[in-house]
Amino acid sequence: MVEYTPDHVGTVTKYVFVESPSMTPGELALRAYEASEGVLIKETCFGLQVTGEPGAVDRLIEVIRSIDPDHIFIKDRGFPPGDSRRCRANLGGARPGYLGHEREFRLLRYISRGLEELERRGGEEPEPVHPAREKRTKLDIRRLQELIESEES
Amino acid sequence: MAKVFIYPATSLILSDLVARFGHKPLGAALGIRERIQTAGVDSPPLQITPEEPKRGLKYAAVEVPSGVRGRMAIYGPLLDEAGAAIIVNDADLAFGCMGCARTDELLLFILRQSGIPILELDYPGNEEEGVQFVAAVRKFLDNLPGEVES
Repeated sequence: MVEYTPDHVGTVTKYVFVESPSMTPGELALRAYEASEGVLIKETCFGLQVTGEPGAVDRLIEVIRSIDPDHIFIKDRGFPPGDSRRCRANLGGARPGYLGHEREFRLLRYISRGLEELERRGGEEPEPVHPAREKRTKLDIRRLQELIESEES
Repeated sequence: MAKVFIYPATSLILSDLVARFGHKPLGAALGIRERIQTAGVDSPPLQITPEEPKRGLKYAAVEVPSGVRGRMAIYGPLLDEAGAAIIVNDADLAFGCMGCARTDELLLFILRQSGIPILELDYPGNEEEGVQFVAAVRKFLDNLPGEVES
């Protein structure tokens, strides 16, 4: 058994996703560097990864969010950036987890629209309740029996 | 600030909305980070050691496969902490091997049995559903009792 000595102990890493018509990850990175307080910032194709002391990261995230609140999305990451167990430079192909992000990234424009709309309404109008989307009806057991019998006959 | 478990536990949208509206999202990254930053035996890629299935016994019986118990060692403590949960049903990104699938089923079962407030949604498929999705999440989070972060 090999001993494991972790890096970046006590830090937090967060993903910053940009889905904005007026902001690119490069521009956001420049703005983030201005308020970084020593936080490690890595620019990616979808936005940024920021790593540092929890307090400094929280302050930076607050600044980043304020740049374009409805089009910047943030989530936690377990690994630090460039970790050889996750970095595609070592593994080849898409980073594990990237495909899930890609799937949700396509939905972000709907979420942005929702945030903009709620901001516009200012909480004055009653908020709509998310309706249970029409579910696919499950196959009725009697119908299944009929199908089986029709196949057998 | 309430601690809100999110399902799918890796969801970007849920994690962002929960944090944006002033609460703490509990997702897979927190459990993984804890293991990645703890010294011990090298067990790449996720630092899941033979100890995890033993810890998972708190959440799943001994005859449950060790893969499920190992995963529950990550999610279980988060479930214990959670004061509420948001679940996206039929999330097509929440798939994986049989271990992941069974763990997901167990997670949802435990959440629904726990009695904590739960909001169940579908991912939006258009802009109007996006508005409703965000409104429902905000309303749910606004109604959560405020808890002091421990």
